[in-house]
Order: sequence, then C-alpha cells, then structure tokens
Amino acid sequence: MIETEHLGKRYGRIDAVADLSLKVAPGQVLALLGPNGAGKTTTMRMIAGFLVPGSGRACVCGHDVVRDPMRARRSLGYLPEGAPSYGELSVAEFLAFAARVRGVTGIAGNRRLDEMIERLQLQPVLAQSIETLSKGYRRRVCLAQAMLHDPPALILDEPTDGLDPNQQREVHALIRGMARDRAIIVSTHALDEVRAACNRVAILAHGRLRAQGTPSELEQQSRYHRAVSFRAPASALARELLGRLPEVDAVEVDPVDGRITVFPRDGHEIFGSVVKLLEEQHVRVDELQLERGRLDDVFRSVTGDAIDTRRAA
Amino acid sequence: MPTVTSGAATDMRGRPFAGVLLRELRGYLITPVAWLFSVIFLVFAGSFTFYLGAFFERAQADLDPFFRFHPWLYLVLVPALAMRLWAEERRSGTLELLMTLPIRPWQAVLAKFLAAWIYIGCALILTFPMWLTVNYLGQPDNGVILAGYTGSFLMAGAFLAISECLSVLTRSQVIAFILALAVCLLFLLAGDPLVQQPLLALGSRRVADALSDLSLLAHFQAIARGVLDFADVAYFVLTIVFWLAANAVVLEVRRGG
Repeated sequence: MIETEHLGKRYGRIDAVADLSLKVAPGQVLALLGPNGAGKTTTMRMIAGFLVPGSGRACVCGHDVVRDPMRARRSLGYLPEGAPSYGELSVAEFLAFAARVRGVTGIAGNRRLDEMIERLQLQPVLAQSIETLSKGYRRRVCLAQAMLHDPPALILDEPTDGLDPNQQREVHALIRGMARDRAIIVSTHALDEVRAACNRVAILAHGRLRAQGTPSELEQQSRYHRAVSFRAPASALARELLGRLPEVDAVEVDPVDGRITVFPRDGHEIFGSVVKLLEEQHVRVDELQLERGRLDDVFRSVTGDAIDTRRAA
Repeated sequence: MPTVTSGAATDMRGRPFAGVLLRELRGYLITPVAWLFSVIFLVFAGSFTFYLGAFFERAQADLDPFFRFHPWLYLVLVPALAMRLWAEERRSGTLELLMTLPIRPWQAVLAKFLAAWIYIGCALILTFPMWLTVNYLGQPDNGVILAGYTGSFLMAGAFLAISECLSVLTRSQVIAFILALAVCLLFLLAGDPLVQQPLLALGSRRVADALSDLSLLAHFQAIARGVLDFADVAYFVLTIVFWLAANAVVLEVRRGG
C-alpha cells in the first residue's frame, strides 16, 4: 500500500507538488502521467525518502516516510530517474552490494538474485563493468536492484525509457507479474504503456492531480469515446449527410491517413445510425471501428490548459 | 496485512554499513585514482625523506625526516582521494539510490570514511621498508616510530573527515578538492603566523588563541616526538567526529531542499 495525503513541495514560489492525495492498494499499478515538470519525479522522490515532504505526508505499507524512514524504505523498491548505478562496478558486484544492504542473502537470497538476473536477461553482462553497458542494460540492472528484495511496494520512474520494444514487453510482463499482491507506481511518457502494464492512471500538471481513474474511465472522458471511425475513399456526400445526423457532433478527416472519425453528441450511441447511413449511401468502408476513447486526447485536454496558464503568466 | 511472500521484505534487515564499506573498498581496488594515490604517496614520502629530510646526512637512527613531510603530502593527496566521495554520487545520481536504501546517513558517512581511512592506512603500512632501513642501520626508538605512525594515521583521518564533509557540498569534484585543500591548510597552519597575524591585526586575541589550539600541525608534531598524550589523540578523534557529524547533518538537511 502506498498512500499520500495532501503531499506538497515548494521550491521558492513554485509549487512542484501541491495537495496530492493518492492511494495505491496491493494489486494496483498506478501510471503517473504528466508533462515534463509536472511533479512526477518530485512526488516519487518524496515517497522514496530522497526528499522530505514540504507538507502533507506519505506512507509506504503504513510506515510514514519521515517518522519511520527505515521501515518505509525496507518495504519499498525504487528505480530513480535515469536509473543510476555505480559505473565502475561490475553488474554482479553492484547487485551483490544491493543484496547485502537489503539483506537478500543466504540460499533464498541467492536464488532470488539468480531469478532477477534470469528475468531481466543480465547473464551475458554479469562480469562487465556497468559504465560499458548500453542504456537498456543499465536500466535493467537498476530495475533488478529495485525488485531484488521482493518489496510489497514499488516505485519505478520511467522503467522502460531507452529499452527496445521486446525489452519493454518483458518489463511490462514483469510489472504485471509482480502486481498481483503489490502496490506499484510507474511514471511514464509512453501512453501505450498504461494499457500494457497499469490498471490505474493519475495525471498531474503543475504538481496538481488533474484526473485519476482506471484507464477505461479516463478513456471515457475522451471525445473519441464511442466515436466511429473508418476509411472510405470518395465519400464526400456521406460525410456531409453524417454531419447532419442529430446525434452526431462532428465529422473529422485525418489529414495524414485520410481516416474519417464521427464524434457523437454527448454520450449518444451512434454506431448503429452511422452504419445504417453508410449502407444506404452504398459507401464502401474499410476498417470500421467503434473507438474506446484515447488517453492521449484526455492527457492533452487535462494538461493543456496548464500549459496555457503558464504562457499567460 | 501484507501477504507472507511480500511481507518478508518488510522485516528483512540487511547490513547496510558493511555493504557500503565493502563497495567503497572494492572501488579503491578498481579505480586508477586510488592506485595513483598510493604510488605518489610512497614515491614522495620516500624521496622527501632522503633528499629534503637529509636522512643519511643527519646520521640519526630515527624517522623524523620521514614523518616531517607527511602533513604536506596529506594536504594535497587526501583531498584528492576524498573529493569524489560525495560529489561523484551527487553528479552521477547514485546519491538518490544510496539515500533511498535503508541506510541511515551517519552509517553511509562513516562507512565511506572508514573505507578511505583503511585504504590510506594500507598505503602507510607499505612504507615499512623505511622502518626496516633505520632498524638495519642503527637502534632507533621503535616506540617513537610507532607514535609517529599513529600520529600520521590520525592526521590523515582528520584531513579525510574534513575533505569528505566538504565533498557533500558540491557536485563538482574540482570545487570539493579546492575547498578541502583550503580548509585543511587553514587547520594545518592554525598556529602559524600566516594565520595568527591577520587575526591579531583584527584585534581578536581570543580567536587567535583558540585557533592556535586547533592547529593540526602542533598536535601532530607533539605525537610524532614520541609522546602519545591523551589530549593530542583526543584532539584528532574529536576533529574526525565533528566533521563526520557535520557531514551527516548536511546530508540530512539537503534532503529537505
């Protein structure tokens, strides 16, 4: 369980994080989204104990990060931004260091260490010094460090940054696998990662919580929710007629791929009437699809005004 | 209630102190800086003794010309060895990793200090051919020599504690080095007219006297003469404790920022 109550941090006159209350229960993977500078890393640093909260409080598994820092840290695995590690050490030495500090020792500890090395595919580079490794390997080494002690709570700051698609999928699987009885917070810029690994979303802008819910709930806030999209060459008349339907809000054509999207007026079900109209007009359509809603659209709409106010100020 | 598998982690007590200590020591064995330190220390300690210290010409069976130059060697070499202790962690971001592990700041400070001090101690032990030489050439007072080694080791510790503490203030190793060099020099020469006269000119007799008591050089020379006085040893121990404590405090305060 990871919990924050009215968590805040000020730098001078700027609120890096303000009045942030989050609750991540075991089994939940929270994706922390937001533009650069929204306060994601500051939030994670406060929960991990690297920064002292300016106001409010944060708890890891019931342990207050300020009053009981050692217990809170023992319950937490943390991947800091940029996945730092001691470059002069070999991978094996670095993991041995983390294992000793974390108390992952003995036969069970060694088995756990081997398991992490196997799952993150680190065998080929075990004897290599970390500074000679690629960005992907370095990130996986630091991930291994974070998950080594099998913590009940995990905080991962951009875990898949710099990984290739196969490695990303492996890390997503690892997170999903660990999620069953753990509370996990993942920050990311890759919105497809939310569907792949997370079951909760919180969007920050200017240090404040702008939206939170399950991915489906957020997608429902998108104007693409229940929109109908298709491809149809030479359909100018049909588009015109679709636009006149009472339950249709707008018809847009993507300038890049020519895909047509029909947006419903608030909450209306339009799939049936759109299909009916297209059939009546004998329009040949491809890739007809009922849209679930788009996270990037929600992301833009809830963080967009933040950018505007900054410009005005 | 956490489940059995994940709850185990909450109660797992690692050995953070040993972990940091061993990692630091390992670092000294694989980084060129540390090897450079010991080679330069040994070469200069040896050559100063024979050329500047006129070891043979004095025709006395003691190691006074050997120990006499240690403060000046340490003045440059210890800040160079210690400048990376925290500045490097801050620059590379590993400080965030270290400070979010279940390690208390004082444990990390002490572990880093001890690892470096052990390393310097090893370099000091490697000067044993000097001791063999005087014992071969004459009958020196080995008690005085032992006191000299003790004083030298304590002084290296004091320089080290000062340098480690100043390293935490910056992410630039060069700034850490220069700061440490300046403060070490101030403490080394605290009883010297170079430091005393400006203070007296300002009319602060008390400050001048107080600072004169803090002179590292005076305390070192007292021990190196062969008198292991409690006050001198206590002076070094307190200096080390003070700077290490300051280091831990700065580390803690920085988390607020």
